Amino acid sequence: MAEPILEVRGLVKHYPLTQGILFRKQIGAVKAVDGVSFGLAAGETLGIVGESGCGKSTVAKMLVNLERPTAGAISYKGQDITKLSGRALKAVRRNIQMVFQDPYTSLNPRMTVGDIIGEPYEIHPEVAPKGDRRRRVQELLDVVGLNPEYINRYPHQFSGGQRQRIGIARGLALRPEVIVADEPVSALDVSVQAQVVNLLERLQGEFGLSYVFIAHDLSIVRHISDRVAVMYLGRIAETGTDTQIYDHPTHPYTQALLSAVPVPDPGARERRERIILTGDVPSPANPPSGCTFRTRCWKAEARCAAEVPLLAVPQAFPSGPAAHPSACHFAAEKRVVPPAPPTPGDADG
Amino acid sequence: MLLEVRDLHVEFKTRDGVAKAVNGVNYSVDEGETLAVLGESGSGKSVTAQAVMGILDVPPGRIAGGEILFKGKNLLTMKEEERRRVRGAGMAMIFQDALSSLNPVLSVGAQLGEMYEVHRGMSRKDARTKAVELMDRVRIPAARQRVGDYPHQFSGGMRQRIMIAMALALDPSLIIADEPTTALDVTVQAQVMDLLAELQREMSMGLILITHDLGVVADVADRIAVMYAGRIVENAPVHDLYAAPAHPYTRGLLDSIPRLDQKGQDLYAIKGLPPNLLAIPAGCAFNPRCPMARAACRAEVPPLADVAPGRASACFFWKECLGG
Repeated sequence: MAEPILEVRGLVKHYPLTQGILFRKQIGAVKAVDGVSFGLAAGETLGIVGESGCGKSTVAKMLVNLERPTAGAISYKGQDITKLSGRALKAVRRNIQMVFQDPYTSLNPRMTVGDIIGEPYEIHPEVAPKGDRRRRVQELLDVVGLNPEYINRYPHQFSGGQRQRIGIARGLALRPEVIVADEPVSALDVSVQAQVVNLLERLQGEFGLSYVFIAHDLSIVRHISDRVAVMYLGRIAETGTDTQIYDHPTHPYTQALLSAVPVPDPGARERRERIILTGDVPSPANPPSGCTFRTRCWKAEARCAAEVPLLAVPQAFPSGPAAHPSACHFAAEKRVVPPAPPTPGDADG
Repeated sequence: MLLEVRDLHVEFKTRDGVAKAVNGVNYSVDEGETLAVLGESGSGKSVTAQAVMGILDVPPGRIAGGEILFKGKNLLTMKEEERRRVRGAGMAMIFQDALSSLNPVLSVGAQLGEMYEVHRGMSRKDARTKAVELMDRVRIPAARQRVGDYPHQFSGGMRQRIMIAMALALDPSLIIADEPTTALDVTVQAQVMDLLAELQREMSMGLILITHDLGVVADVADRIAVMYAGRIVENAPVHDLYAAPAHPYTRGLLDSIPRLDQKGQDLYAIKGLPPNLLAIPAGCAFNPRCPMARAACRAEVPPLADVAPGRASACFFWKECLGG
C-alpha cells in the first residue's frame, strides 16, 4: 500500500455510564469502539461493514472530529489529529469532510440550498472569497448533477436522491482529500441508489478523493471498495481486499454475515449454504470476554472466552488469497457467496 | 382463491389536490402461496395492503373503486362488524416497525392475550397461557419468564417475533407482512424470514410480502407483483421474472444491482425520479424514465396483459424487453 493519507491506530471510544445526580460516579462504559486500526491510501476506498451497534458510525464521527477518542491516534498525513486544537485542527478538518446518511434530517430546512452548500465557506473563508461563493456553489450543484438554477430553493423541494446530492455537494465544497460517507445511500429508493453510487465514483476520479464508505449493504460496499473491514462489537473482525473478504472469508462472523445476505437470484436458493446465527448482538456495555463473537459462534471453545484473538494473518495460511488479517483463533477459509448468478439481459446486451 | 384484489383504486385528498396512490391493482394469493409485492416508496404497495386489511386512513384516503374478495366475499361491501371478525381471525398483518406498532405501556403477554380475550372470549388467565404458547412458537427463549416484559425490554429481532406471534394468534389463513425485516440487521433478518417461511409452510397460509428488497424476494417468494406509481407493471413467477423481466422497470431494477464483473464501472441506473402522485405522467407512468419509450407510451396507458402462461406485463413492448 502507498503512503497512507489517513492512519488509525488503536482507536477506542468508551461512553461512560454514570449513576447518581449530585455525585456522579462511573459505573461502567459502553465500549462503542474498542481498539480499531486501519490505513487509508490516497485515492482509495475503504468500506466498513457491520451491523447496528458495531461502532462503525462512531469511528466515522471520530475521523471527522465530531467525537474525541478515549484512546488511540488518527494520523492525517503523519499528524495526529486527536491532539490538535484551534487553528491547526480547523485546517485539518477542511480536508476531511463527511456525508451523512439521512438527507432528510442533515439539511437545515430553513436554509436555501445555496446557503447550505456555501456555509463551509463562512468557516473557511480562505477557500472562496466572498464575491466568488455563489459561482462556486453553482459549480458544485452542476458537479453533483443538479440544476445550478435551483440555488435559491429549499431542501423540501427536492426528492431524497436530490437531497443526498446536496449533502455531497456540501461535503465537496472545501475541496477535501478524504470523504467519510456514513450510509450515504441506505435511505434512498433502490432505483436512485445506483445514481448516487455512480456519482460518488465519478467524483472520486475527478477530484482524487479517498473514501471511507460505511454501509450495511454488502453488495454496494463490494462494488465501491478497494478494501473492506468487517466490524463486530467495536472491533475489526476481518480486513482485506474486496476479493479476499467476499470470496475467501476466514472469520466466522464474516462468513455468517455474507451467507445471510439475501441474494437476488431465486436459483441460488438451493445452491447456497446459509449460516443462521442464533441470538442477538450482545450489549457493548457488557461485551463477552475474550472474542466478542464467541456467544454466537459455532466454533467457540474455551480458548475464545479466555483470550482476545488478535487481528493478524492466520499462521495456518501465510500465503494465498486467504492470507489477510482475521481476528479468530480458528480462522479457516469457507466460501459462502455462491458463484455469480447468470445475469438477465446479458445475452441481448 | 384465498384473496383476490380486482381493479382497486385508492386516492388521498391532500392540500395540493388528489393523490392517486393506487390506480387499478389486480392480484391474487392462494393458500400456501407467497406473493411478493415489490415497489419503491410511493408505489402504492403498502396502501393496497392497508385497503385489504381495512386499516386505511379514511379520510383523507378513499377507496375509489374495485373489489377485494376474501374467500369469495367482497370485503368492501361488508358491514364493519363482519369485517372486524375477518381481521385477526381471517387475515393478519405484520408491520415494519415493531417498536412503534406495539403498545409501550402494556406487557407483551397482555397484548398477545388480548387477541384471545376479544375474539375468543377467554379469561385473562387462559389468555396468558395462550400468550406463552405463542411466544414459544415463535421461539422466544424463556417465554414463561418473559411474558410479563414490556416491548422495550426486547431486542429488535425479538420484538419482530412478537409481532409475528400476534399475527398468528388466531390462525389466520392470510398474512400480510409489510417490510417485516427492513428495520433489522442482516443476520437477524435471516432468522426472522426463516421463521416466517417455516410457520407459513406449517400452516399453509397465504403470505403477501411487501418489500423493496430484490434479495429477500428471490429468497422466499413464489410469485412477484412489481408496482410502479400505483399500478402493477409486471406479475410473474419468481424464477421467470429474475431470468427474463418483461417490463423495462423491472429490468432496470435488476440491472442496477451491483455485479462482480461491473467492478470499477458505472452501475446501471434508472434515470430520473419516481413520479409525483399528484401528477402521474400521461400514458405509461414509467415513460419519462424508460429507455424504450416512444410515442405510443405517452399516448395510452398500457394494460397489464398476459405475455405467457402465468405472467403478465404492462408494457406495449414486452416482447422487445424479454427477447432483445
